This record gives sequence, structure tokens and C-alpha cells, in this order.
Amino acid sequence: MSALTATIEGIGFWSNGLPDWDSARAFVRTGTLPDAAPARPSPELLAPNERRRAPETVAVALDVALAACTRAGRAPADLPSVFASTHGDLGITDYMSATLVDNPRSVSPTRFHNSVHNAAAGYWTIGAGCTQATTAISAYAASFAEGLVEALVQLDAGEDAMLLVGYDGAATGPLASVAKTSGLLGGALVLSRAPRNDAPRLRVEILEGNAPVATGRLAMHAGRNAMAPMLPLFDALASGESVATLHAGPGRMLRITLTQGATMAAPEAAGVAHA
Amino acid sequence: MPPLAIRHYTATTALGPGRDALLAGLRERRGGLRRNDFGNDRLDCWIGRVDGLEDAALPLEFSDAECRNNRLAWLALQQDGMFGAVQAAKAKYGASRIAVVLGTSTSSIGATEEAYARLEPGDDGQPAFPRDLRQPMVHTPHSLGAFVQRATGLTGPCVTVATACSSSAKVFAQAARLIHAGLADAALVGGVDTLCGSVLFGFNALGLVSQAPCKPFDATRDGLSLGEAGGYALLERAGDDDALTLRGYGESSDAHHMSAPHPEGLGARLAMSQALARAGIDAADVGYLNLHGTATPANDTVEAQAVARLFPDTLHASSTKGWTGHTLGAAGIVESVIAMLALQHGLLPGILNSAERDAACGAQIRFDNAERPIRYAMNNSFGFGGNNCSLVFAA
Repeated sequence: MSALTATIEGIGFWSNGLPDWDSARAFVRTGTLPDAAPARPSPELLAPNERRRAPETVAVALDVALAACTRAGRAPADLPSVFASTHGDLGITDYMSATLVDNPRSVSPTRFHNSVHNAAAGYWTIGAGCTQATTAISAYAASFAEGLVEALVQLDAGEDAMLLVGYDGAATGPLASVAKTSGLLGGALVLSRAPRNDAPRLRVEILEGNAPVATGRLAMHAGRNAMAPMLPLFDALASGESVATLHAGPGRMLRITLTQGATMAAPEAAGVAHA
Repeated sequence: MPPLAIRHYTATTALGPGRDALLAGLRERRGGLRRNDFGNDRLDCWIGRVDGLEDAALPLEFSDAECRNNRLAWLALQQDGMFGAVQAAKAKYGASRIAVVLGTSTSSIGATEEAYARLEPGDDGQPAFPRDLRQPMVHTPHSLGAFVQRATGLTGPCVTVATACSSSAKVFAQAARLIHAGLADAALVGGVDTLCGSVLFGFNALGLVSQAPCKPFDATRDGLSLGEAGGYALLERAGDDDALTLRGYGESSDAHHMSAPHPEGLGARLAMSQALARAGIDAADVGYLNLHGTATPANDTVEAQAVARLFPDTLHASSTKGWTGHTLGAAGIVESVIAMLALQHGLLPGILNSAERDAACGAQIRFDNAERPIRYAMNNSFGFGGNNCSLVFAA
């Protein structure tokens, strides 16, 4: 099968109790959670009033996206982006469905336009002033893996660098009985074509078979979120492991091989470029 | 980009199943819109509804995927030999070498709405979904892609794109990249969207729904008509003698507003320019442009001005939403099919229901049908979040 490669220039991460990539890396190495982590991400890309009003899913996606760009030293306006989410915003789906039963003519216009799956991608491009292409995809438990493939093929097609964001939130109301996801989770990568001495590189192979059950600390910590299938990659990046396997659809998986940049030989340096 | 062959394509709309029904409606200037007869609480508006879905149950083996959207996905897949063409491609390339990339805006959310309308006490006494609707896959955006993957037996990359109304245009770009990168030899692309309460009452809340059949680019236009549709195209690497090809795509963001277009049409212009550049043609080479043209006052003005800045007056550009309604996430595939019909039959649709020209719109906007052979056709699809995609097809 074909292999695809990219440099990981920047990483963003947020989950309940682990509000950034540094605390996630420390947690993977030591098992300790930071004291007094904020309950909700506060994406600086949005104006203060929008920051408060934004759905949680949008807030987490924008928070990790900006963190990844900052670590990469890339301007958000310059990057084409791929936003992957299993469910979009289930809280809004719950609101829309309940309101349609109770009083359909009272649907809130803002809630409706926030209900689109590409809400996070839209707010990102608006907030960043980014006219580059963005997309919003879903592939159930393979959402992040398919997002990674899409980002890599865009690099293959000639883009210099890409932003990839995976996120999901909690199910609320009766929907929670069929959509099994809780907490809030987001992860982002800035990926580029050119190798860099100070940044790790990933190589992806698409294989047949089922990905092994994830046992990393992040996977155990945030495993009940629908975006958890991305966590083996973030666990590997945090711990310095060289291989991660992601579920990529029924009977398909991505095997990701990680190599360090020439100036970051020590495994614990994985992912700390521009930290 | 290297051209991709399109040897099979189809659409099912309010005009009927398959592309002959669509072509005949366009040729005869006979639309498919009707007074809203969908659901219990009926807004005073017109809709583009596909007949017969209520009686078109899925085959028994797919009964756990039952919902209006998957029914339309299945019905559309049976038209114009598409299902057989997919099976033939599977035999030729292998199931794992064919990608499924489909676009939708609301996927099966109609089934979620139905579940909320029929909540019953669950095991813990709390309101829960009725037993027949407790299927996790039906209540998630990937419902469409997962169902079509299962129904076709394809096992390559499988993605549901949900960028609102640009969804099933962007699938062409994504599939082209997958094939170009060597991850697939062919791709089943397309999209399906069905009428549901979220969309009807959501667009109504935004004040964008007309009480009359929509009138794209008419001076008195006052909003859109919502519709439902499904369609597909099978993309393969092109040979020397392929009659119909995808030649270019352009994608951009407005960076302006979640539900209003950029006032100068910045994103639209970027998407159209990029598609022309990727196809390696000049604006003057395009013989037909299917506009996004939703018939809302703002959208049509902005799009017409972006088109006028880019194209000569000789371009024949039209919106076909008067025939089908705005089919949201399926608009990209439906209107790409119309662009391909224009290439193959030399039929350039005008605009249905519109009579009074708007001074804000340029000479490119054509109300009447025309017939002449053309070599290149373009399709514009623009979505919420300022998400834009333009495609170039050639014959």
C-alpha cells in the first residue's frame, strides 16, 4: 500500500483535566494531572463575547487549532484545514430535535447555523481571516484517521502545510442513549511537507485489519469521548514511542511510524518543537 | 491536474428518479416544486420533494439503516446503471481500491427528529428513543457514507463530507486527491440530503425561505425553496477517449460570516479562479456555469457580481434551483450532473420562475434555455461558514 509522510510542526491538545499539550505530555510521562485545570477551553481566536457563546465543540476545536499553529510558528490565515468530528455538536442536535417537537417555529437562528457540521471550521476561518480551503468530515470511529489521510493527500497534491483538527463533545438528552460520547476532547496537528531537523516526522501506511485496543494514558483518560480513536497517536507523540495504530474504518487501520528530527534524538523531545 | 473520467453519473430529484427525468424537466422548463406537504406542521412555502420515498423501504438486510436519507441514497444508487457500474468497478479494481466520498448537510437527522417525537420510557424510566430507532449509526453524520459503503460492498477510504451546501461538490476534489495520491483507483462520489424539520424550520428562522416557488436572480426574489435529492458519479483515471472528465476544482473560505456571503464575493472568486487555473483554461472557455443561485437577495447579488468580474458577457450562467429547490448538501452533485448534461446534450438551462431582471446582475445571467455544444462547464456550490467549491467539467 502507499505510504504518506509529513513533518509534525505543531501539536494542540485539550481534554477535561488536561488543558494543553504540555500538561498532556507530562501526564503521559508521570501520570499527574495539573491542579485547577479550566473546565472549558477559551479560544483566543474569538472575540470575548463569541468566546463565551461558542458551542463547546467549537471552543475546543479552535483552542487546539490555535495552539498547534502557535507551536508550529505558522499564521492561522495561511493554512488549509481539515476538521474531523464524529458527531458535530450533539448538544445542538438535542436542542434542535426537542424544539422541533415542542415549538418548531421557535427554533433559534443562531443555534441552527451552529448546528452545521462545519461550524468549527467556519468559525476558525472567520476568526483567523483565512481564505484557504477548509473541510469538515465525519467517518464515525475513523473520523480522525480519515482526516489525517485527507490532510496528507492535500500535502501530496502540493500544499506546503496543513492544519488537522479532531474534536468531539458530550451527548446530551435522549440522544445520549445512542451516541456514546462524554467529556470534551480536541487534538490538532500542523503538518508540512518539508522535513525539519527540530520536528518529528510521521509516515502512514494503510493496512487491512483491526487496530489494537488502545492502552496509553491519554486513551485511558479520555477514552469515553467519540474522538478517542485519535489518542494512540497523541500517546505515542507524548511518550516518544515510534509506532501508533489508528482505527481507519471497518477492517482498516493506519500504521503510523514516528521518527525524530536530527536535532531531537532524545525520545522525550518528541513534539516539543517551539514549546 | 490530471483529468478524471466520469463514465457513470446520476441524480434523483423532485423531477423524478434518474437523469432522464432531470433532463426532460430542464428541456421542457417544467419544475418539480410543490406546495409544502411535508411533516405535520407545514410552513407556508414550496418544496422539492422526491415522490415515493415513504413506500421505498430498504432491502431487509439494511433494515437497521432505515431512514428517509438512506432510502433516497439507495433509490438514487439504483438509477442509470450506477449500482451495476460500481459492481463492475469493484471487479476491475478490487473493493479496497475504490473510495466512497459522499457529501451531506443533515444526513439522517430526520430519523433523530422522529425519535424525539416518539420518545418512550427507557429501562431507567428516562425518555429514550423508540426501539426501532436505537441504531447509533443512523443518528450520526456518517450515516450516509457508512450506509453506501455497506450497500455497495466497497472497502476503500470512506468519508462523509459535511460542509453544508458545498458538501457534495467538495467530494470531487477530495476523491481526485485520493486517486492522485495512489490511495484509490476509483471513487464513488456524490451526496444525499432529505427534507427534515431542522432544515425547514432552521432556514425559516434565518428568514431565508420564500412563500412562493424560488425565483433565482429575479429582481423580486425573496428567498429559497428547499428540496431533497441524491446523486452519484464514479471517478476513474482518464484514458485517451473519455468523453466526459473532471478537469479542475477550486476550494476557498469567505472568512466572513457563518450564514451570510462575503459582500464582495471574495471566496466565490477565489474558488472559481482556482478551478479555472487547475483546469488550465481561461474564463472565456467556459460554456455553461451552474450558479449556486439560491434566490436569496444577498447570495444572488454577490455571486452575480463575482461572476461578472471574472467572466465575459458571452457566458451562459444560470441557477437551476427553480426546478429542484435548494437541495443543500446534495446541491453539488445535482448541479454537477446538470453541468454534465449540458456538456453531453448541448442543453444550457436558463432559470425557472424568474422574469424580471435585476440590474445588479450581469449579462451572464440567462433566464432562457439555450442549445449549443460546449466544451467546458462549471458548477458553483457555496455553503454556511463561507465554504466554497467550484468544479470544472469537460466534454
